Amino acid sequence: MTLLHWAIISPFLAAILVPFLYKKLRSIHTGWFVLILPAVLFLYFFQFIRTTSDGNAIQKTVEWMPSFGINFTAYVDGLSLLFALLITGIGALVVLYSIYYLSKEKEQLHNFYVYLLLFMGAMLGVVLSDNLIVLYMFWEFTSISSFLLIGYWYHRERSRYGAQKSMLITVFGGLSMLGGFLLLYLMSGTFSIRELAGMADVLITEPLFLGALILVLLGAFTKSAQFPFHIWLPDAMEAPTPVSAYLHSATMVKAGIYLVARMSPVFAESGVWLWLVAGFGIMTLFWGSFNAVKHTDLKGILAYSTVSQLGLIMSLLGIGAAALHYDYLDENIYGVATMAAVFHLINHATFKGSLFMVVGIIDHETGTRDIRKLGGLMNFMPITFTIAVIGAFSMAGLPPFNGFLSKEMFFTGMVQVLEMDIFNLETWGILFPVLAWVGSVFTFIYSMIVVFKPFTGKHQPEKLDKTPHEAPLGMLISPVILASLVIVFGFFPNILTGTMIEPAVSAITTLTVDDSHIYFWHGFTPELFMTLGVILFGVLLYTLLPKWKGIYNTIPEKFTLNSFYDSGLAKGERGAFKLTRSYMTGFIRSYLVYIFTFLIGILIVTLVVKDAFVIDTSDLASIGLYEVIIALIMVVSSITILFAKSRLTSIIALGAVGYSVSLFFVLFRAPDLALTQLVIETVSVALFLLCFYHLPPLSRHEERMSFKLGNALIAIGVGATVTLIAIASYSTKLFGSISEFYIENVYEEAGGKNMVNVILVDFRGFDTLFEICVLGIAALGIFSMIKLRMTRRKEG
Amino acid sequence: MEILMAIVIGILFTSAVYLMLSKSLLRIIIGTGLLSHGAHLLLLTISGLKEGAPPLLGEHAPSYVDPLPQALILTAIVISFGVTSFFLVLAYRAYQELGTDNVDQMRGNEGND
Repeated sequence: MTLLHWAIISPFLAAILVPFLYKKLRSIHTGWFVLILPAVLFLYFFQFIRTTSDGNAIQKTVEWMPSFGINFTAYVDGLSLLFALLITGIGALVVLYSIYYLSKEKEQLHNFYVYLLLFMGAMLGVVLSDNLIVLYMFWEFTSISSFLLIGYWYHRERSRYGAQKSMLITVFGGLSMLGGFLLLYLMSGTFSIRELAGMADVLITEPLFLGALILVLLGAFTKSAQFPFHIWLPDAMEAPTPVSAYLHSATMVKAGIYLVARMSPVFAESGVWLWLVAGFGIMTLFWGSFNAVKHTDLKGILAYSTVSQLGLIMSLLGIGAAALHYDYLDENIYGVATMAAVFHLINHATFKGSLFMVVGIIDHETGTRDIRKLGGLMNFMPITFTIAVIGAFSMAGLPPFNGFLSKEMFFTGMVQVLEMDIFNLETWGILFPVLAWVGSVFTFIYSMIVVFKPFTGKHQPEKLDKTPHEAPLGMLISPVILASLVIVFGFFPNILTGTMIEPAVSAITTLTVDDSHIYFWHGFTPELFMTLGVILFGVLLYTLLPKWKGIYNTIPEKFTLNSFYDSGLAKGERGAFKLTRSYMTGFIRSYLVYIFTFLIGILIVTLVVKDAFVIDTSDLASIGLYEVIIALIMVVSSITILFAKSRLTSIIALGAVGYSVSLFFVLFRAPDLALTQLVIETVSVALFLLCFYHLPPLSRHEERMSFKLGNALIAIGVGATVTLIAIASYSTKLFGSISEFYIENVYEEAGGKNMVNVILVDFRGFDTLFEICVLGIAALGIFSMIKLRMTRRKEG
Repeated sequence: MEILMAIVIGILFTSAVYLMLSKSLLRIIIGTGLLSHGAHLLLLTISGLKEGAPPLLGEHAPSYVDPLPQALILTAIVISFGVTSFFLVLAYRAYQELGTDNVDQMRGNEGND
């Protein structure tokens, strides 16, 4: 275990301590203790920047299950480090914010911080693991801790619904991803991502490659809320706002982005990868931004905005994969897409985190997040308003904030799609810049809604539960830090390029990138005019919003993805219930019918398929008169039972069968069997008669059994099958009997002359021992059934 | 002979299965009784019904019938007897407690599921 491994599991260890701190030190908010850990971890990871910016990586392995190829390998390169810094940095800010957001008295803080620390550790594990199985383990940890955090206010029905929904969708994706990982292992024999990336050009020729690609992408798309799996994210907004800010904007939803980026060196050679990642990304971008506008809940808007921005990053990663196909170009223009993705990833974490915190403050100070009730808050909360302006303008892509820069680069990437001539992109590629532009217009509109609806306009105090006022200073620290980062990265983007972005980009594309610069001013490029168009149309549509908002009602509620999910779930439950009801009837007869039918089917099919039915008449014994007579008696009496009008007749006929069996034993030279059979048949018949005697006078329905054709068919089928199997197996004996040994050694070895008895008590005495056990247990069982009557005693 | 026995056994199995599919508890137990008779005869038949002396060494015969299946059947007879008697008492007790010997009416607690 190196320090790096301890760093990854330290949140788990800290989570154990939290309840003790909570119980023992009630006077201090538990969050203060928790805050130390992410801050320390952030500083610890910060010192790795020197290593990664030189293009180096750190790899440390601890053996876990070496025989399965599963080792806890921590791997730090530019991409991992970027995520680790986001997780710990924003983690620290969120913990600080939550100290002021969650009340010490009213909330169950120990639960909250345990879940949050579990999540933080799991997330660190996901981004720092090189082994796919370990990555999967941490991945599911994030699903579980996210489930716990969404359901934090578990007494609310909506929280439980949201938690269940996110659990079902992300675990579905997680399991698919595990399937993809296993396929990768089958192809390559290793779970290590680095070794897989080295084998990328061999893997692409494997038949399982496409399956692995799609399964891994399913995992990434569900986790990162890509269309059509985005529906869990808006419902996850039932979580406390610090959780929404942390998990559902900055970290967990980016796990899918991380996975796509991390697996890019393995999969990106394939055109399917480019189309799926870029296509689903751009679709998600458009759909998310389009839907964000219709919401009235601020967190709802931000949820859809997160969906849309994740789509943006995803589509850039997809386009960035094209760089591999044009590596002969001197200036690889497609590298810029990947760079834009990484840059926007950082930007999104900063401005979305601050916006969520702003919404949390509004909620905390006014008691509502509904934009129809809010208005004119600018005068009450000037600082919050400033932060909101910075965050929302950056989200809309306005200068001079960092969102403007990444939006410009995003347009550059999308416009460059037009120049591609692979994978049908020359015809369909035009969709990318168009959808990107339309999506950006909607992004502009909802960004303006977020900032102007609550803060400007008329103040409506009668609709609010509390008198609004500025948030406490502690609550403002985190959003202020994030907003300052938005501005700093906006004005000095190049402090990030060499330290963070380039190492991350070279980890994703496996190309060496250096000396890249992000400029404010590119000159009069198409991107600039696209941005101007976005602003122009955005302002126009925003002012005319009431006039066209009606288009959202054109899609009926029935056809939304949410109602598909809900009705799918309900139908699945009902269907399973109906299906089980249809065959689990509760009647013994039905189950016997299934069993016998299956038996007939499987045996007959096997006989036919294997061509196993043969009759070998060479070795048959001769038929004697006595045998025929007894066989006739037996057949007649067994059929008599079937048609017997009274039970007495059938019991006597059963006795007749039993005695004929013992006569057969006599004829076939089995004296011991004949004796036993005689005695036991007598006792059995006596028992049957005893039972018969006790039967109820009322239900002594000695009626003729109602003839059921189905029963008869199944019975005849079983009988015929047994006959066929008996004949076939007698005719195909593979080797002789081992009984020669018994016959030769029965006297010399065991000192007896009755072979059957010697076998029973000497050669195979164990059988006899346990047969005695069976009899003993049966006797005890009968005794206890008759003597012990719990229910009677209770009633009496 | 073996083919004749196989047919007889088939008829025994047919009757047994038919009885087991009926509603009356007693008939089901009679069915299991027939089924075990069939199984015992099947064991004997499969091992061959060749002529030979009973498996007693004192006979000084040139050949004996196979003793092993006889030992197996002896064990099986005793076990099936134990099980049958257990079933019978179970049926008797079930009738006493539930007031019916019709298995279609024995469906657990209908209200509870």
